[in-house]
Amino acid sequence: MEKMDKPLTKNIRSDRAFATLADYESTGGYQGLRKAITQLQPKEAQHWVKEAGLRGRGGAGFNTGLKWSLVPMDEDAAQTRYLVVNADEMEPGTFKDRLLLEQDPHQLIEGVIIAAYAIQASIAYIFLRGEYHLAAQRLANALLEARAKGYLGEHVLNSGFNLEIYLHTSAGRYICGEETALLNALEGKRATPRAKPPFPLVSGLWGKPTVVNNVETLCNVPHILHYGVEWYQSLGRGADKGTKLFGASGRIKHPGLWELPMGTPIREIIEDHAGGMRDGYKLRGFLPGGASTDFLLPEHLDVVMDYDAVAKAGSRMGTGTMIILDDKTCPVQMVLNLEQFFAQESCGWCTPCRDGLPWTVTLLKDIIAGRGRMEDLDTLSGLTRMLGPGNTFCALAPGAMEPLQSALKYFREDFERYIVGNIADMETA
Amino acid sequence: MKEPTEKPVFEGLSLAEIQEINAEMTHYEDKTAVSIEALKIVQKHRRWVSDACLVAVAELLGLSPAQLEGVATFYNLIYRQPVGKTVIHYCNSVTCWMLGAEHIRERLCRHLNVGLGEMSADGEYTILPIVCLGACDHAPVVLVGDKLLLDISDDAVTDILGR
Amino acid sequence: MAGIEIDGCSYVVEDGNNLLSACLSLGLDLPYFCWHPAMGSAGACRQCAVIQYKDAEDKHGRLVMACMTPVTDAMRISLATDQARQFRSDNIELLMTNHPHDCPVCEEGGECHLQDMTVMTGHTFRRYRGLKRTHNNQNLGPFINHEMNRCIACYRCVRFYNDYAGSDDLQVFGIHNNVYFGRFEDGALESEFSGNLVEVCPTGVFTDKTFSAHYSRKWDLQTAPSICVHCSLGCNIAPGEHYGKLRRVINRYHGEVNGYFLCDRGRFGYGFVNSPERILTPRIKSQTEITADAAGSHFRQLLKTAKSPIGIGSPRSSLEANFALRTLVGEENFFLGLEDTEHTLLNTIIELMRKGGIHSPSLREVEQADAILILGEDVTHSAPRLALSLRQAARNASFELAHTMHILPWQDAAVRNLESQALTPVFIASLCATRLDDAATNTYRGSPEDIARLGFAVAHYLDDSAPAPSALPDIEQSLALTIANSLKQAKRPLIVSGTSCSSLAVIKAAYNVAKALPGPDTHLTFTMPECNSLGLAIMGGKPLQHAFEAINKGLADTVVILENDLYRRAPGQHVDLFLNTARHVLVIDSLANKTAQKAELLLPSATFAESEGTLVNNEGRAQRYFPVYPAMEPVHASWQWLTNIMENTQWRHHDDLTDACAGAFPDFAAIIQAAPGADYSIKGSKIPRQPHRYSGRTAMHANIKVSEPARPHDRETPFSFSMEGAMAEVPPALLPVIWAPGWNSNQAINKFQEETGGHLRDGDPGVRLFEASGTLPWFNDIPPAFKPEQGLWRIMPLPNIFGTEELSWHSPPVAERLPNFCAFVNPLDAEALGVNSGDQIEISSLSGAFILNIPVEIEHTLSSGLLGITTGRPEFQSMNIRERVTLRKASPQLQDNSESQL
Ligand SMILES: Cc1cc2nc3c(=O)[nH]c(=O)nc-3n(C[C@H](O)[C@H](O)[C@H](O)COP(=O)(O)O)c2cc1C
Ligand code: SF4
Ligand code: FES
Repeated sequence: MEKMDKPLTKNIRSDRAFATLADYESTGGYQGLRKAITQLQPKEAQHWVKEAGLRGRGGAGFNTGLKWSLVPMDEDAAQTRYLVVNADEMEPGTFKDRLLLEQDPHQLIEGVIIAAYAIQASIAYIFLRGEYHLAAQRLANALLEARAKGYLGEHVLNSGFNLEIYLHTSAGRYICGEETALLNALEGKRATPRAKPPFPLVSGLWGKPTVVNNVETLCNVPHILHYGVEWYQSLGRGADKGTKLFGASGRIKHPGLWELPMGTPIREIIEDHAGGMRDGYKLRGFLPGGASTDFLLPEHLDVVMDYDAVAKAGSRMGTGTMIILDDKTCPVQMVLNLEQFFAQESCGWCTPCRDGLPWTVTLLKDIIAGRGRMEDLDTLSGLTRMLGPGNTFCALAPGAMEPLQSALKYFREDFERYIVGNIADMETA
Repeated sequence: MKEPTEKPVFEGLSLAEIQEINAEMTHYEDKTAVSIEALKIVQKHRRWVSDACLVAVAELLGLSPAQLEGVATFYNLIYRQPVGKTVIHYCNSVTCWMLGAEHIRERLCRHLNVGLGEMSADGEYTILPIVCLGACDHAPVVLVGDKLLLDISDDAVTDILGR
Repeated sequence: MAGIEIDGCSYVVEDGNNLLSACLSLGLDLPYFCWHPAMGSAGACRQCAVIQYKDAEDKHGRLVMACMTPVTDAMRISLATDQARQFRSDNIELLMTNHPHDCPVCEEGGECHLQDMTVMTGHTFRRYRGLKRTHNNQNLGPFINHEMNRCIACYRCVRFYNDYAGSDDLQVFGIHNNVYFGRFEDGALESEFSGNLVEVCPTGVFTDKTFSAHYSRKWDLQTAPSICVHCSLGCNIAPGEHYGKLRRVINRYHGEVNGYFLCDRGRFGYGFVNSPERILTPRIKSQTEITADAAGSHFRQLLKTAKSPIGIGSPRSSLEANFALRTLVGEENFFLGLEDTEHTLLNTIIELMRKGGIHSPSLREVEQADAILILGEDVTHSAPRLALSLRQAARNASFELAHTMHILPWQDAAVRNLESQALTPVFIASLCATRLDDAATNTYRGSPEDIARLGFAVAHYLDDSAPAPSALPDIEQSLALTIANSLKQAKRPLIVSGTSCSSLAVIKAAYNVAKALPGPDTHLTFTMPECNSLGLAIMGGKPLQHAFEAINKGLADTVVILENDLYRRAPGQHVDLFLNTARHVLVIDSLANKTAQKAELLLPSATFAESEGTLVNNEGRAQRYFPVYPAMEPVHASWQWLTNIMENTQWRHHDDLTDACAGAFPDFAAIIQAAPGADYSIKGSKIPRQPHRYSGRTAMHANIKVSEPARPHDRETPFSFSMEGAMAEVPPALLPVIWAPGWNSNQAINKFQEETGGHLRDGDPGVRLFEASGTLPWFNDIPPAFKPEQGLWRIMPLPNIFGTEELSWHSPPVAERLPNFCAFVNPLDAEALGVNSGDQIEISSLSGAFILNIPVEIEHTLSSGLLGITTGRPEFQSMNIRERVTLRKASPQLQDNSESQL
């Protein structure tokens, strides 16, 4: 029987074996595609997804159907359009797309075909992170299977719709996940982001209209088409619709990933699903949605995982995968680790990010090494503003500042202790 | 006037490499798009991309060596220096760091007697850091060649090198 | 137009422009790095931050990058709020974390945009305590220094070099704050426009190697407005002198001609001025040095006794000097001193420009073209700066597509991303591959006849009353049809041709095509070899061959040769005969050459850097250049040598000569307006060539004499050789140096423009001499197709940016970049001859006039039967290019590259 409350993971088995085409079809796979192609006009498919309220799972949370509907599709618009799957998952603490890619590749492929149909794209690329070797292998196989079954290629399901899907594996760099940098990477260039406007929807890959969607986003699509808008809306517990993969890692009893309704309280995720903190450790704080979200504190445990609710609490839903800070890990060192990541992954295009992040790292290192000064904390705060939203060319640097600015707010005494030379006896990694 | 003569092209690439690279070209609007894939193909055959290979690939794709080098040096999975037969990538991002990534690095480096990026004396291994491998629920993790190893224990060397 | 409010003041600006450009155009100081008026916005440096308010009520506003923000009506912004100021200062602080602060030893110091912007933002205190990253530098060849540690990663260099100039050997490597701008390996930068990096780079990463070899600060340079003498385009330059030597040439912005950029020949070709080959004293029989006075009386004496002396003018000399010579010897004894074919070509071109009814475009107008046909030119080599403009025009289809997609033209990367979808039709028909081919939609290679026939066919397809070539092969026919269709659809079609392939038929074909395009915006432009080729030809005079005859037949016995090495104009034996037959040979020139060696009386003339004059560029624009520093006695300007010996002349000054020249030829009537005359002053003051901060004047000659020497008077121009004078409201033609308070680099130019990237306030300098009117009948003389003659080859000179032009040849850095002197043959010909690339080949003229032994290269794109030869080398001068030659592989004992003249 289909697990109707967990559409995304219903085929995923605990033994890590993956869903074959037969497995996938046996639980209703490719029915959504069949419906879309035989019963719906592209615009209607867009409309369904928009009405369902599916919001992008790549981090920004934009309504997916609405995004599709902005692609110019009238007569005199460019005839070539592209769909690109963002499977570059590289944000520290984020491990949701890999599961979907490895365990149920056909779910993604069906989502891609439907999305491509909805925007009338004839070519789709799956931009896959280079280190995901197993996913690459399984996707490549699944693509062959789908083609053999007529889901892909010329005349998809004997319709007039043609689609090629190519798997493109990347060669590293977090910035490739930023959608416009991703397009440059796909074009074989240095993956520096592009200015917006023009948005990729209007001028993307090789200047053609292009939709970039996250893996998880697209995995939702077949189910919306198959089971309908109302069913999908009924899945959410709060304001947002559908389910989402939520995860947690760190010193918790059962780190992992769970498909849960949107709007699930954080406490439920950490305490019930993750089993709470490991013995001997206390919860000090957490990054609710990956490395580029603000810290929240135990007092925020009752916040629900909805885009707006998390934002109201002062952070972001991000990727929905939490990183737990325990009481024996030094938040300053944790922030240093994060900032080193961001500094290293800065593409080098814009000044605040390129030069501001290394300075941030230098300051944090100085502080940790006992060379810090009180005014360094002001400098750090200044940098969090300097590298904030709108000030840099893309969202990497502002993302990098989120854990830092909240750490300075919530864990200031930890920074100060280093500076005044009174370092607590903390377990460090 | 341009180059007065045309040099024999693609010197230094094997037929297999050239064929694989050419096959990729059908997937994209232009040849430039193949640059990263082409470098990876060379790397698959030779572990790393030498200057000579880079120049040859550039020529095959109609790019200048500098253009291709600009791309090659942007991405961290393109090696422009020799690496061991197996590259061991240990994740040093936040969760793995929290759960012992540095110990793993230390043990591996000590055992193989290499620094990061160096090749072990027998030419078998190179150890490099990598950003989050997307398996934080099994931290710490290590990517050995193509294989992702999860939940690496304190006994990293045995876990990874299997001895 | 849009009404906007900036810090409470209202302005009206062009809408759709970006806010940074708009602010600068209004004269406001807003710092920036990555934006460049010619290259648009990148949004990388984040320096141009301003606050934008939503509406009148909005108190806080939002920080935006001005360069990325379109101007819209009723928008409200602030440059001055603390938040914006603080951000800009903090941004500089970040840039500076890795900058070495080595201004005292940096060549850019004193004219550094980074210095200016740092001062402008008020960042004065360093908080950063970390290490600075360091880089290794590269040897980038003879033109450009590389000092990567100074880099602030604004990406301008690669955007200029790759995107704007179309080369690909300079790139950005690495990532995060370890980005490196350089080449794959050490070696000379390949672009012909690499010198612009010096000005494009806002700090001292790329600096002028020739300048730093004898370095001085910008404020210690004496400068005057000048015109480049190294090709026919007439780019405006600002040469700088110190200690009696010309130190460098930089761009002088001209809104119609060169804009912001020069080519490397123009920038680095100045070295001849300081060359040891300079003629610095008058000589008799190339040995005995005499004084200027003695030389003058000798000159006078010779002319007195001469039997109807004749004069040979020069296309690299000013109108005034040529006019003086013409006046001295009389109209009927004045010869142009051009190679014969070139003489004919130029006369035809003038006829077309005057009466052909088709506008001859400026480079700015060239950049507007939406379809281009180039007939017979490798523009990068024959008129380099034009190639850069054509490359920009080739982007117009992307701009149009961008427009339909609501992408604004300054959104640089976005427009470029459309390039593959929108190709501007650019057709290049040339002898062989050209450096602009990568920007072409179609190329065609053939002999001059074939190129002309293609052109005639295009004209015929456009207008069937134009004659059609007979028996044109199918391939050419369909190409001609494609070209015709593209040109017909264009709103602003442009035809480019010139003198490079020495073919009248090509020029006529170019005219037919243009004539067949009746739209008002059809443009036709011709390139010519030298800086005053057009001016000289308009002045008119007899062909050189007639001068030879006059002497050889004894009709005259004395010749005055003005700045002209005749060995570059005619076959060696002809010149030998001529110079040997003449009883007296008088030469006025600045550099030793073969003709000068044969002079009985040799008079040292000033170069462009030490004299004034008017030049007419290929567009028909007369422009004035001024001496940067005084010529050192006994060197004089050519016009002075000539007027000094004229008896009962009214001409005391250069202006007298300009006036007289203007009066003598209707076409030159306007040259007086090219620039104000010597009596121009600003509130009674002259314009200083030395900036206010000029230092050490009292000390610089102290090793010779402790008292400060009196400043030389300049009676010929509105300039003084000193720092005293008026610098306010200087007319554009007289701007010696671009400087404004707070703006010490050349980027100060925005203070002198009507709007950024636009025309200079008060008009771009120079004056167009005539506008095309009327129309000419179709040219009917279509040549037959070229058929290689069995065993015979035709010599085709191939111009080269470094090597073809006479003066820049003597500039040491240019000499380092000279191409290999070699012959090019088609692979089939090579096979038949049994030669491989690098072999020596023996070239013998049919008449037996010359035999030459040089290396051969195989050129796939050259037609069979043609023998390409790099022009410019002295070896080349022995050849009569109109003679057919035979070729054979040189026998081993001749493999020593020896030249033997029979
Ligand atoms: C630095 C950076 C990295 C990103 N990495 C990813 C990523 O790995 N995967 C992803 O889906 N989105 C990533 N994004 C978000 C994408 O830019 C984009 O918003 C997303 O792919 C849109 O898909 P969605 O609408 O389906 O969420 C990243 C954004 C930034 C600024
Ligand atoms: S914020 Fe700037 S430097 Fe950083 S990744 Fe984005 S574009 Fe690159
Ligand atoms: S000039 Fe605006 S961001 Fe560089």
